[in-house]
Amino acid sequence: MGDAILNALGALFEGVRFLFSHGGPNAIMIAVACVMFWLAIAKGVEPLLLLPIAFGCLLVNLPLSEVMAAGGVLKTLYDFGIGNELFPLLIFVGIGSMTDFTPLLANPKLLLFGAAGQLGIFLTLLLALALGFSKEEAVSVAAIGACDGPTVIFVSNMFAGLGKIPTAMVGALAVAAYSYMALVPVIQPPIMRLLTTRRERAVKMPSPKGKVSKAALIAFPVVVTAITGIIAPQGLPLMGMIMLGNFMKVSGVVPRLANAAENEIANIATLFLGLAIGGTMAGAQFLTRETLMVFGLGLVAITIDTVGGILLGKAWYLLSGGKVNPLVGAAGISAYPMAARLVQNEGQRWNKHNYLLMHAMAANTGGQIGSVMAAAIMLSLLKGLGVI
Amino acid sequence: MNNLAFGLTMLIVGMGGTLATLFLLTLAIRALAAFFPVRPGEKEDK
Repeated sequence: MGDAILNALGALFEGVRFLFSHGGPNAIMIAVACVMFWLAIAKGVEPLLLLPIAFGCLLVNLPLSEVMAAGGVLKTLYDFGIGNELFPLLIFVGIGSMTDFTPLLANPKLLLFGAAGQLGIFLTLLLALALGFSKEEAVSVAAIGACDGPTVIFVSNMFAGLGKIPTAMVGALAVAAYSYMALVPVIQPPIMRLLTTRRERAVKMPSPKGKVSKAALIAFPVVVTAITGIIAPQGLPLMGMIMLGNFMKVSGVVPRLANAAENEIANIATLFLGLAIGGTMAGAQFLTRETLMVFGLGLVAITIDTVGGILLGKAWYLLSGGKVNPLVGAAGISAYPMAARLVQNEGQRWNKHNYLLMHAMAANTGGQIGSVMAAAIMLSLLKGLGVI
Repeated sequence: MNNLAFGLTMLIVGMGGTLATLFLLTLAIRALAAFFPVRPGEKEDK
């Protein structure tokens, strides 16, 4: 009887024993989860994603946790919606429904900023390869340059499913992507000021004159989906879902579906995705040199994206005889609408009569399309090269 | 294919492809504006 009581008590303290014997990585990750809680709650850094990711991270790192073992709650969520890439795609339906492409359709040439804003993806890919990452790992890391969490998860998880990258890397990539998206207001302004002159930043751009009919707005998502399907079919799920969400919204005939995509579906998918991603952050697998490099390369990717956009802006400024404000190029990334607001604020800082918001919104929605298109093209190239 | 050749291929074809596709999309948007102009009396979205 006495032995049985002691054994039972011993079982209760098994977790404590584990923590003190070889739970160092778990303890570090629990601390990381607490930092993420602080960032989400006290600093408002991407709380919708960071809070569930942090909680998933906490759950998986508590000693002897079985939440990511076969049949565990986070493993079930992972298999249900990350392993098959469902959750990022559902979030994309919501993003599409929240996006207004009107400024872009009114000023389509600004879509080209959305291409320049993807330079970071491809240069970071080269850098990651040079640092010794495998092709699949390098592509996954480079996807952080898309400034788009669901895209990063979609691409990296495809490789994790094929056993080409460790599952823990998906978590690191997702956290890096969302962290840097939240840090865009910190990362971009110094680059904007460094690469442009006072005179360039003060350039006033007139309001876009183009008018957009409802029929054009409705046809736009269908056309983009068709073009993506023809040119880069591997990325069709990504572009198709974002355009589906937008199509439902602009058609005006299914407000309930559009609202559901924007709210309930996006919210539920965000919660489950965050928890499941947090579940991949088990200390023993997460705390590696590669994780640190992922964070470093992610910062490089977003910096180069911004540089690419601004350099195109500067070229455009010269070619147009000073009519285009190069700051607008910085909005050619996918962080919507944050990057556009930053450009507006920065423009007004140097010229109080400057209203760049509509131009920046056009470039920013161009960046959304550009990031998904770049990922789609990258996946199709990988298929063509026999990597996937 | 070695890593350098792979990376350069992805950079050139990937970045070039993205730029070309988005340029194609700008043409498509212009075509949409021509096919579906704002009709007199229609509430403009811009």
